[in-house]
Parts: sequence; structure tokens; C-alpha cells
Amino acid sequence: MLNAKIPGGPLDQKWTYYKGHCNLVNPANKRKLEVIIIGTGLAGASAAASLGELGYKVKAFCFQDSPRRAHSIAAQGGINAAKNYQNDGDSVFRLFYDTIKGGDYRAREGNVHRLAEVSANIIDQCVAQGVPFAREYGGLLSNRSFGGTQVQRTFYAAGQTGQQLLIGAYQALERQVALGNVKMYSRHEMLDIVMIDGKARGIIARNLVTGELERHFGHAVLLCSGGYGNVFYLSTNAMGSNVTAAWKAHKKGAYFGNPCFTQIHPTCIPVSGDHQSKLTLMSESLRNDGRIWVPKQKGDTRKPNEIPEEERDYYLERRYPAFGNLVPRDVASRAAKERCDAGYGVGSSRQAVYLDYAKAIERYGLGECSKLGIEDPTPEQVREHGVNVVKEKYGNLFDMYEKITGENPYEVPMRIYPAVHYTMGGLWVDYELMTNVPGLYALGEANFSDHGANRLGASALMQGLADGYFVIPYTIGNYLSNDIRTAAIPTSHQAFVDTEKAVQDRIDRLMNIKGAKTVESFHKRLGKIMWDKCGMARNAAGLQEAIEEIRQLKKEFWSNLRIPGGIKEMNPELDKANRVADFIELGELMCIDALQRNESCGGHFREESQTEEGEAKRDDNNFQYVAAWELKGEGNWELHREDLVFEVAKPSQRSYK
Amino acid sequence: MEHHTMNLTLKVWRQKNSSDSGHFETYDVKDISSEMSFLEMFDVLNERLIAEGKDPIAFDHDCREGICGMCSMYINGRPHGPWHANTTCQLHMRAYKDGDTIVVEPWRAKSFPVIKDLVVDRTAFDRIIQAGGYISVNTGNAVDANSIPIEKDKADLAFANAACIGCGACVAACKNSSAMLFVSAKVSHLALLPQGDPERKSRVINMIAQMDKEGFGGCTNTGACEAVCPKEISITNIARLNNEYIKAGLTVDK
Repeated sequence: MLNAKIPGGPLDQKWTYYKGHCNLVNPANKRKLEVIIIGTGLAGASAAASLGELGYKVKAFCFQDSPRRAHSIAAQGGINAAKNYQNDGDSVFRLFYDTIKGGDYRAREGNVHRLAEVSANIIDQCVAQGVPFAREYGGLLSNRSFGGTQVQRTFYAAGQTGQQLLIGAYQALERQVALGNVKMYSRHEMLDIVMIDGKARGIIARNLVTGELERHFGHAVLLCSGGYGNVFYLSTNAMGSNVTAAWKAHKKGAYFGNPCFTQIHPTCIPVSGDHQSKLTLMSESLRNDGRIWVPKQKGDTRKPNEIPEEERDYYLERRYPAFGNLVPRDVASRAAKERCDAGYGVGSSRQAVYLDYAKAIERYGLGECSKLGIEDPTPEQVREHGVNVVKEKYGNLFDMYEKITGENPYEVPMRIYPAVHYTMGGLWVDYELMTNVPGLYALGEANFSDHGANRLGASALMQGLADGYFVIPYTIGNYLSNDIRTAAIPTSHQAFVDTEKAVQDRIDRLMNIKGAKTVESFHKRLGKIMWDKCGMARNAAGLQEAIEEIRQLKKEFWSNLRIPGGIKEMNPELDKANRVADFIELGELMCIDALQRNESCGGHFREESQTEEGEAKRDDNNFQYVAAWELKGEGNWELHREDLVFEVAKPSQRSYK
Repeated sequence: MEHHTMNLTLKVWRQKNSSDSGHFETYDVKDISSEMSFLEMFDVLNERLIAEGKDPIAFDHDCREGICGMCSMYINGRPHGPWHANTTCQLHMRAYKDGDTIVVEPWRAKSFPVIKDLVVDRTAFDRIIQAGGYISVNTGNAVDANSIPIEKDKADLAFANAACIGCGACVAACKNSSAMLFVSAKVSHLALLPQGDPERKSRVINMIAQMDKEGFGGCTNTGACEAVCPKEISITNIARLNNEYIKAGLTVDK
């Protein structure tokens, strides 16, 4: 039976109660306890820094050449916090409620309320570290709004918020490295968990420069290894983002929660051809000011600027007047797909919609002219001032769009289309962020916990930092307090020897296939299956086909893969093969999970379960649970249900009309 | 956007490992779309090399959206290639025309030793940050974020410097392999903010000391670093760095 270990008492007292009653570890004992952290994004870097500050002996691992490269760095739009600096009615409760509702009532109340509670501390901490958030002329912090909410609670640093937050956490981490509290292993990849007496006690990692396998002991292991969107091959994730750490944990007994919950982000630059290696996000913050439209006429081939106002269909404003262009991501993505499928798409592929800034430039321009006392400004003056404002707010995003597409978005509307962006699913964890494997934790995107079936914009950064700065420092003590008498286990222990051998055997097996096809070709094929049949819309027949196709692909992968080069050297193809092998297995589980969840909720849209208007239809009677999957053998999983109880935020049909 | 295909000649630095002496290898690549990114062209070439039973070209890359700072190719004598304020991953093939020859090397600097092919070791930058590129504030100590107002201009300038992605193009472009632009960006970011003030002097002294220890050269104001910086970090920061360094040296207590 799954026990989420939610503390008792009223919702808004649970975390306070927990903090007041959890076990503590005294400073002298902390120095004897070793913690392994996989991944150095917002969750990993903030956890490593905070645990190092507390005195634990931390070892942190990342596959990149520096911890500062982790993909949190690419997050653009912002980070939410219930500060209510704008006096617009925000509160901890509202942030909690918006997140639960935005997640379509598939997240845990206790976790989400805690997230909302610590959100304000995150902003304070980051400012103290020197994170240069955007400010107003009065010197105070600026806010903007984001999809799925009606208050302005998002803090930001131009379109580079993730970068600034990660640099803050990275600097805190490097400070602990300098002080000797954290030892950093870059260009290392975790390839297995070492289990001793039923507890996670270490890892096997591969040095990606020399190819050597290494054994590392830890009293606890924290997986902060991010999400698995790259199972779709094309996504907004970095090329190296992978599921391997989480998947190894799953193979060692950790349950995988809601694997099918994938976020398809509505505003990405459309695919341009077969060579495409990744997709690029245009921040959701652009929907604050930009208006999304398609031509009213099917197959209209006119240039966007030639289509008059009355022949444009601002379909989000039309369908969802209350939220307009700021509906949550799942809703906006499906609406774009619906228009394109119906034949109204734009661009050469017809798989795109327009995101138009002309109105915003005019509005801001008029405002600036008024501020500057320019009476009866000419259209040119309005435009010039308007462009300057837009540049300041979104300049880096507009530049990026121009570099990729060769089009100037200040002149012509951007073309956008939904793309895989984030995975709400992940390792199942309890309130303390521990998986069902003792001593094995999952933080940030790697766990399943806070976003339900759909994540609201600007909430991923919040969750990563909440987990690392403000949750794990408390909850890990509650576990490690029982370990103060456990001396470091030498890595000559048989469990280390056996696990290393298993890792070595698998690498040998991969290298010895000596087939004809590249890793990349298998990854592309997997991605196509997943996108076509487990993407924005899913149905039972398609999912069943996908499961068969993936099983077939797996066979072929293990019999016809070609990896050049050797094992004991830098070999990026071998690194990729290790990851793709895990993605293939994960893909199968995602389809199985999507198949069993015969309801639509959040990013998971089952065609069988929709309203007459084509909106997602949830089925709370049958599916108000977390699906936690236990691996029983190859291609064989057992479903465990964690029923979700809503005591405060009573589930209702989500409406943004 | 109109697009076209092209055939190109690539001369790429190949080096098996750090102890190998390395050499240029020439490759013809065909039917490259102008819509591809520069790294996607390398993907295509690598797929072909694997199919031919050869060793693919190792290169660093990750986000492919110009922000992680991992990509690092020295293209026709210029870090990150011909476009202004750009990273290698954001360079697109419409920058080239049919028949062009493109020479691709790793970052060239003693403090960035080559690991393999186009991959170099930039951990020296991490060690410079470790020497003082932070504000010493433990988690949980912070006061309310709005309790210290900061002039917008200063905050914006701090942000402009904090935007450094640590790619090392500045070092690769500099004839002295100086890391002054990188160091000045971090020193400026933190010196411009009130939160960075308490450690202002020790920070600049310690970071410069580590920079020298890593073997980076001195600055002779040629401005090559600024010209190639993907994030347009201004060389005026180096003046600020020198200023901070002199003031700290004259007034530091220890």
C-alpha cells in the first residue's frame, strides 16, 4: 500500500507541523553523513548547496562539462511566488488553488500547499544571492502574469529567468565546493543505484571522458535529473536531457508516477524539416502581450500582414473570453492543434498559428508617447517607442526567433506550434520527496508530485527550488537521523562489485551488437511513434499499436544497433545509446499508462473522453488517483493506485471560459 | 523564408585525446539545407561517418538554444562563427553559400586543454567562480526581497553582466587567451548590487588570483572578446574590474 506520509491537521498547518516535529541531525553527525546528488539543475544545485551549508558531505554529479549548463538554464518566462506585491488579491491559498486546478485535480493537496507556502522564501533567497530580477523605476521587483492565473505573481529576468536562478544556485554550489562541503563530478553519468539491505547506498557512475566506471557511496541518493521529454526525440529539452537516472531507480524498485502526463507547450517554433534536432520554446510570457490567430478562411495563402483584421480568427479569445490568450498550456495547445487539423494552419507546413505583436507594439507605443508628452504622435513614433518597450521585455526571445527562422518578428507575426516541453510524471515520491525505495529521493521535474496532469507556467522553477532549498533540508534529516551510527560503507562491498558488473555487462552488450543502424535513427523512430500515438491526442487503438511498435523497435535496437569507437574513451554515441535504450522502455510504460487512464485530464487528452464542445472530460469517479507503476519484469508492470483526497480544493470541471 | 541546399567542404580538427597531437581532416558534405543549424550539419556528417564505419566528430553541445554555453566551435578563425552576438548552436546554414569551405577548430587556449576533437576542458572557469564569484548567503538567511530597493538602471546593468553563459569565446578570441571579460562580468554583476558589497574587495582579489593561477593571459585591450561575445558583454566591464581591483588592493584590510 502506498503511503504518501502526509502530516495530519489542517492543510495550512501541515508543513509547519512537520517542520516542528521531524527528527533533526546534530551538526557533528551531519559531517559524517554522505549524500549523493544526481543532476545540478535548479533542484540539484539548490539541494547540493543547502545540504553542504548544513554540513552534510555532498557529492554532486552532472553529465555536462559544468554544473552551470543544466537545462534549467533555458527556462525563460519566470517564477511564481505568492508575494502579492501587486496588491491584486494573491495569497498562498490562491497560488495553491490555481496550481491544483491548473493541474486538473491530479496533484496532492499537501504537497502543493507546501509549495505555495515556500514560494515567497525562494524569491527572498534568490535576491539575497544577487539574482537580478526585473525591477520597476522605484527600485522594487516587477511582476507579470502567466497562463492559467488572473493575478500578477510571476518574477522574471527578461526572458532568461531560468538562467539567472540557476547561476544563483550554481554560485551557491561552487561556494560549497570551495569550502570542501561538496565534491563536484562533472562529465559523469549515473548508470545504476547500489542497494544494500533494501536501502539506496550509492551509485555506479561512468566518467564520460575516460569511460571508466566509478563506485560512490552515499547514505542517501537524491535524483535531481530532470524530465524525460526527449522520449519524443523532438522536444524543447536539451540534447542531453534523459531519463536514465530515474529509469535505473525504477528498475531498482522505485515506482514511476503518472508517466503519461506530458506537457505540450503551445508556443514553440514550428518544425522546419527532417534534419531537425530539437525544438525551441518561445516563452509563454509572450502570450501576455501577443495575440494568437489563424485566418478565417481555410488554406489562406496570403502573407499575414495582408490579411485584414476582420478576416482573422483570434480563436483563443473567441473560445475562452475570460482568459483569452492566457488559458493554461494544455488548453492552448489543443486549440492550436484543432485549428491546424481543421485546415486553418499557416506557414509552409500548415502546422502553425500566428502569434502577433502588432497590437502590443501599438499599445505600448501610445503609452510611452503619452509618458513623454508627445501629443498626436505619428504612427512611426508610436511604433518606434512600442518596439523599444517590447525589445526590453522580450528582446532575447525575438532575436532567437529571427536567428532560427530568418524572419523579423517585429515586422511579421511569429509562427508557433505546440511542442513537448515538460513531463509532469516522474518517480513517485511521498511528502518527504522519498521514493518507495528507502534513502532514494527525487526532486524537481524528476518526481511526479506537484503539477498533476498539467503544469502552470512559471511553476517548474518554483518547484525545483522549493524542493532543493526548502523541503529536502528538512525531510532528509528525518531519514538520516536514523543513520548516524552507519559508517560509510566501503565500495569494495559485494553490492558495489555486483552492480558495477551489471553496468559493465550492459555496456559490453550494447557495444557488441555491431549492427547497422545508428542510435539517432532509433531515437527518431521512437519519437515519431510517441508523438503520433501518445502525443497531444490519444486513443485506445493508437496506444495499443504504439505499444506493439515500441516492443518491435526495442528488439531491433538490441539486435541492429551500431556504436562506433571504444568503451574506455570519450564516446558520445555510447552515452546516447545508454539513454535511448532507457527511453524505449519508458515509452512503452507511458503508452500503457495512457491506455489505462481512460479519461482526459490536463495534458492527457483521450479522444474517447471529451465534452460535446471538444473540451477535455475528466472522470473523477474512476480516475482520481496517481498511477504508480512497479516494474515486475521485462515489459511487465503492476499498477498501484494512490487515491487523491481533496479536502479544500473541491474538484470541479475546469473552465476558462 | 526561402531556403536552398548547398554542398560544402569542411576542414575539421581531429584529435583522439589530450595526448594526441591532432590534425585537420577534410570532409565534403552535400545537400545541406539553409534551414539547418550549424550543429545539425555536424549531426548529418556524423551519421554518415558512423555509417561508413568511421569515428564521428566529438563536439560539446546541449541546449541548442544559445543559453547553456556548452557549444564551442572556432569557425573560420572566429569563435561561434560569423554572426554577431551568437552561439555556435544558433548559427544557421543560411550564413553560407554553395561551394564554401569552412574550417572548424576547438577553442584555442592553454587553459582550455583539448579533451577530444572539438571538446575542451573549461573547468578553469568553475574554479574562478569558486574563488569568490558568489554572495555568501546560506539558505534561509534572506530578508524580504523588496526590503532593499535597487535602482532599475543598476539592476539592469547587473543583469546584462549576469547574462554571461561561461562559454569561453572571449578567451578563445583573445590573442593572450585572457579571461578578463569573463571575470569582469561576474565581478561587475555582483559589485553593482548592494547584496554583493560586503565581499566586494576579497572577491575581486581572489578571482583575479585564481585567473592568473589558471594560466590565462593579461588584457591588452584589443577588444576581440567583446566582438565575439554571444551575450554582448561590454569591454567596459574590464575597466570596472581594474578599478575594483586597484581600489581593493589599496584598501583591503588583510
